[in-house]
Amino acid sequence: MSAIAARFEAVSTARRVGQLGIFLGLLACWLALPPLKSRTTVWPAFVGIVAIACGIWAIARVEKRVGWGAVVAGALGIVGGWLATRSSVGNLDAVFAWPALIAATLRWATPLAFASIGGMFSERSGVVNIGLEGMMLMGAFWGIWGSVETGHWFLGLLIAMAAGGLMALVYAVFAIHLRADQIVGGTAVNFLALGITGYAFVDIYGATGTPDLTSAMSIPGVNLHLGRIPGVGRFLETAFGQMNLMTWIVLGLLVVSSVVMFRTPIGLRIRSVGEHPRAADTVGISVYRVRYAAVTLSGVLSALGGAYLSIGFVHSFNQNMTAGRGFIALAALIFGKWRPAGAFAAALLFGFSSALAERLPAYSGSAAVLFQALPYVLTLIAVAGVIGRSIPPAAIGRPYKKQ
Amino acid sequence: MSDPIDDDAVTEAGEEPGSGSIPSVAARFALWQQAGGFVVPLLTALVAFFIGGLVVLATGHNPLRTYKAIFDGTGLNWLWPFLGSSSRAAAATNLQQTLLITTSLILTGLAVAFAFRCGLFNIGGQGQYFVGSYFAVWLGSSFAGLPSVPHILLAIVVASAAGAAWAAIAGILRATVGAHEVITTIMLNWIAVWVGEYLFGLGGPLQNSAQKFTPISSDVVQKAKLPVFWGDPLLQGLDVGFFIALGALVVFWIVLNRTTLGFQVRAVGFNPEAASYGGISVPRNYFYAMAISGMFAGLAGAVDILGWQFRISVSDIPASSIGFVGIAVALLGRNRAIGTFLGALLFAGLLTGTSTRHLDPSIFRPDLAGNLTQIIQGLILLFIGADVLILVIWNARKRLRIRRSSA
Repeated sequence: MSAIAARFEAVSTARRVGQLGIFLGLLACWLALPPLKSRTTVWPAFVGIVAIACGIWAIARVEKRVGWGAVVAGALGIVGGWLATRSSVGNLDAVFAWPALIAATLRWATPLAFASIGGMFSERSGVVNIGLEGMMLMGAFWGIWGSVETGHWFLGLLIAMAAGGLMALVYAVFAIHLRADQIVGGTAVNFLALGITGYAFVDIYGATGTPDLTSAMSIPGVNLHLGRIPGVGRFLETAFGQMNLMTWIVLGLLVVSSVVMFRTPIGLRIRSVGEHPRAADTVGISVYRVRYAAVTLSGVLSALGGAYLSIGFVHSFNQNMTAGRGFIALAALIFGKWRPAGAFAAALLFGFSSALAERLPAYSGSAAVLFQALPYVLTLIAVAGVIGRSIPPAAIGRPYKKQ
Repeated sequence: MSDPIDDDAVTEAGEEPGSGSIPSVAARFALWQQAGGFVVPLLTALVAFFIGGLVVLATGHNPLRTYKAIFDGTGLNWLWPFLGSSSRAAAATNLQQTLLITTSLILTGLAVAFAFRCGLFNIGGQGQYFVGSYFAVWLGSSFAGLPSVPHILLAIVVASAAGAAWAAIAGILRATVGAHEVITTIMLNWIAVWVGEYLFGLGGPLQNSAQKFTPISSDVVQKAKLPVFWGDPLLQGLDVGFFIALGALVVFWIVLNRTTLGFQVRAVGFNPEAASYGGISVPRNYFYAMAISGMFAGLAGAVDILGWQFRISVSDIPASSIGFVGIAVALLGRNRAIGTFLGALLFAGLLTGTSTRHLDPSIFRPDLAGNLTQIIQGLILLFIGADVLILVIWNARKRLRIRRSSA
């Protein structure tokens, strides 16, 4: 208890004020959106200016990062609020139907979170994984194949995990034992998975496509019957009441992987192999074994994300159906600084931008697709070090040669 | 990917003063290494084709007949002297298509190879290609009053510069803050994709003004199209872009091997610390290498648009993978000019030979074959990255020989 209290006190007042500024910046924009829908720019502008003031105050007290964050958030809040007041109330209600938007965000974020947490294991152990896309695609196809063949989604998931794990294992052999270049290997995995799934899809299902899934073949949703709660019931029901089972599993995965990575000897081993393999080897950790396990796990988890897409969300398979989601997951991993909670938060943010891009065409026309580029722009800014530099594990991408 | 088997240091070691009429051990070694430079990629490609053949066999088709059909689809049988005149005409059309794809693959391959020689991995060729093609289609479809040559030059120069600028973002980030170019170029690829979807999508600023409900760009005007020198201009004959690509190969070789910039780039690629100790600015060369790489990729986009595509359709943007195939081309060609040419020809043949227009569907379904191409590409990349695999096989052979001689 005292440890938590000490940590709480360690955060300086200036940083606290800066964080408040960031919150106020978001609030400024939100005031003009449903349900409050302030129709004058005065309120967003006022709150935004307070946010900027908080930011400047924090910058003056050396908390530069948080301070600048608050200034930017405040400015964006004012602009966002101003834009919102200029568009019609009907459109605002259509786009920012919060419960539906939250549900859509979670739907988009689930596959990303699976793959980026999976990628975290691999990269924390020192093996770059740009093959996440391919491993997801393997999971997506073999998941639906297994589900259709066996008639049950659970067996489909198991087959998807096996397929993703196998793909990752092949990559691991080349990246770890044969010391192949990991970027080339990852690119190879993406090509291979695209070819294998496409070939099998055309060969097995041909022109007709995958058959319609019965309810036993698709991953079920979890109905919490939240609608009966008075007052907020309808909101909760739409937002969280019908979430897919996989979304709950990924929330569990987030907790488990955080604990494993930072609170257990296993996590310590993975991290030490990724930071300084020679030292880890010296104290008796098998670098190869840890890396094989971590890379295979990343394939299994990515495949779960892919299988969610095919048998949990879309209920069919198309060639290259992941369409770059593996790369967004990679972006989320980097944006989240190679941490489970960070990666998950980034996946939520990127899921939100996808959900918004899906709805915005309602009135902003073609510019809405630019929201799809947001994950990549943010990640580019993050690796450039403008908002708190993302620094990878020290030994990442370097094959280890046993002496 | 450090590549000890095939490097200039080794080649130059062969030209010692002692090697007169009788080749020294070092010279013979160098010759062997140079041969290895051709043999290893060749073996890699053969193994990949062999495994691809097993896939074909496992799904109940005849791999030899399939590969024969793919080969005929490439039009390379045009070179056979005993071909009948009607099949020769068909082969010529196929070969023109193969060489068109070769053109783009040479350029996107060079985009990867040049950065590689500086120790950078440019996997953003696809994005730089897109940016180049966006500018080419924009400039090519406007300024209808310009005469032909200045119009083409304008479009090509601006598109190449745009590709260079796009890659230079990654170069600057690597040079100043050390952000890894693999991550930044991946992000830039996808940003380019979505910018394209915006520009040419419905209501986008560069969408075709005559067809309000189709997400495509305007067409390149007649005068800005590259002249076709072989085949029918209406059926995608071979345009002069092919010579531009061949010229780019020569430029690539001269810049790398005969200029100070090339020497510095190679020195940085070989060992950045040593180069920096020798007074070469590593950050500056990272910047130049990325910019020049991007220039090649942007040029590829321009040549494709002005040569035979003439327009961009939004649905084609996510489907295009010419920049990614460039990675396989460059690596198979060991980042050399001649190797890149051969690699480009191989992959262009594969892509054309397996396409719907060129593969005989009675022998093998083209939609299957397209995926077979992906598998073969993946296998080649997987094996080419693993030099150690070759060494392992090599050592195993030697050990086997020793055991046999001792028995």
